[in-house]
Amino acid sequence: MNRSLRPLVATTLIFLFAFLLAVLQHPAMMSTRVLGNFLTDNAFLGIAAVGMTFVILSGGIDLSVGAVIGFTTVLIAVLIMWLDLHPLLAFAIALGVAGSFGAVMGAAIHYLKVPSFIVTLAGMFLARGGASVLSSDSIGIQHEFYSTVSKSYILLPGGGRLTVIGIIMLVVFAGAILLAHRTRFGSNVYALGGSETSAALMGVPVARTTIMIYALSSALAGLAGVVFSLYTSAGYSLNALGVELDAIAAVVIGGTLLTGGYGFIAGTFIGVMLQGLVQTYIVFDGTLSSWWTKIVVGVLLFMFILLQRLVFRAGSRRT
Amino acid sequence: MTRPTVDLRPTTQPPRAPSRPITSLLVRPQVIALVAVLLVNWALFPGFFTITWQDGRLFGSLIDVLNRGAPVAILAIGMTAVIATKGVDLSVGAVMAISGAVAAVLVTSGVAAPVAVLVALGTGLLCGLWNGILVTVLDIQPIIATLVLMVAGRGLAQLVTEGYIVTFSDPLLIFIGTGSFLGLPMPVIIALVLMVAATLIVRRTALGLLIEAVGVNRSAARFAGLSANALLLIVYTFAGFCAAIAGLIVAGDIRGADANNAGLWLELDAILAVVIGGTSLMGGRFSIPMAVLGAMIIQAMNTGILISGFSPEFNLVVKSAVIIVILVLQSPLSARLLRRLPGTPK
Repeated sequence: MNRSLRPLVATTLIFLFAFLLAVLQHPAMMSTRVLGNFLTDNAFLGIAAVGMTFVILSGGIDLSVGAVIGFTTVLIAVLIMWLDLHPLLAFAIALGVAGSFGAVMGAAIHYLKVPSFIVTLAGMFLARGGASVLSSDSIGIQHEFYSTVSKSYILLPGGGRLTVIGIIMLVVFAGAILLAHRTRFGSNVYALGGSETSAALMGVPVARTTIMIYALSSALAGLAGVVFSLYTSAGYSLNALGVELDAIAAVVIGGTLLTGGYGFIAGTFIGVMLQGLVQTYIVFDGTLSSWWTKIVVGVLLFMFILLQRLVFRAGSRRT
Repeated sequence: MTRPTVDLRPTTQPPRAPSRPITSLLVRPQVIALVAVLLVNWALFPGFFTITWQDGRLFGSLIDVLNRGAPVAILAIGMTAVIATKGVDLSVGAVMAISGAVAAVLVTSGVAAPVAVLVALGTGLLCGLWNGILVTVLDIQPIIATLVLMVAGRGLAQLVTEGYIVTFSDPLLIFIGTGSFLGLPMPVIIALVLMVAATLIVRRTALGLLIEAVGVNRSAARFAGLSANALLLIVYTFAGFCAAIAGLIVAGDIRGADANNAGLWLELDAILAVVIGGTSLMGGRFSIPMAVLGAMIIQAMNTGILISGFSPEFNLVVKSAVIIVILVLQSPLSARLLRRLPGTPK
């Protein structure tokens, strides 16, 4: 078997094993209803994690995604409720704003030569602050488009519902897999993560790729904000607090190497599902408190970092 | 790209640090920034500099800035050492929550307060040691290594408090958070003592030099005979210890341990304070007093925004603006521009 696929296979096996254990304890979990909710409840996290995967593949990190999601939900609510725009137009504006925000962060990272971590930290403050300047209160959204969307779903056999936002997430994952493995941009991202100097020497347009990566990450965070807005029908500046950490955890659990240059979008999907599984299990169990989610996710994160270390130490002896 | 800041060749006579006149301290950009922020506050609120003596302690907005800024200042002291080694510690906020939770739970279950404080500090040391082991033995990037505890730490704190906000009325813990000594609030005293002790330890011994050597180039430092791993372990453990102290102060201040909100996002403030203090995130030269000054600048801005009637969230916008200005000033781009200006030395 191809050695580079090992972490992905390991993640998938662990997910299947964990799911099996959960089903043995709570047979009701094995239903399309639960699976449908899995997709719906984690849609925004999944979409944000896709953007994070590209950033981490390129050797960077984006701490601003949670804040961008929060900002987008407020912006959409303001545009729809105060300015009477059609939701679709509001979504387009929000995606544009989020994308340009990311492009500016990418440009700052490249041209000012500062670590992505501190630039996106500033971006996080700016987006959270901007959202609360727009409105510090939660704004409810009442629009027929929202009620139509929340009522439309594909009925799965067994009573499960594949909702619109679940479908959006699946489409984003499919598109991102194509983008990462079948386009020049994708190859450039991997090259940049391997080594920025070598990538530049090979003719990878480093500036343009860096800007595009962060624009993509923020635009996807914006899309996650759209999904979050559809999911909760409200805009609030403190929405999606700390989602960046969940997204990073999902990417790492999915087998992407934190030093960049190696990983799979599909792994991130499993990472998101594994976190969803932990949450669902805790809900099913009923006796465990929700703080166990954090501990289990932390332990999983640690295990996978350890696994990566072992696999890559055994794999190659380069330092 | 690496610039040598230390000369590791053995010399018969150690080079003496050039003695700086005290006036050169006053023209540091950080001092000017702090004075500027304080003057703005004074313009907004004329009574800002008024300090009164009441019930054996000082009162006033300025004292309040010192008092409220103390936890971040304490975090910044530990964070400076970590950042000087080219690392970062994202878990300090979570460690604060854990130490506060441990102290509160022990005290409410009848353990003597000094023991509870010691155990809480020990927990902080352990948390820091854990981070250090991840960074050294397992050789994980510091951002990610400390992310594990940042994610799981709040869960652990919840586990300790069993999900409640544990309140206490123990006089010692409350004294740590709200008491006063020599007229100054206790948190200020603790921050000052810690700052002076840490500065003396790193500057009067070779420790500071060694930390800088590891930060500039870890492998080079190792080849030069430094045990870089032991040094990193010490630095991360110290950061955990500082976080535990800050956690005790915050818990004592509200007379309870709130696992969800104690120290929330303070790791970011601490990093910001260190960066404002002029320590580069790429490791190397560092200054603990300047980082403490950075924490005071942040708190003075917080207070200014509060008294001018803006919502506290507006703070975030101001903070991000500050980060952006610092980043632009520190970038190689502006260094190149400055060099091109005639008349400026290098």
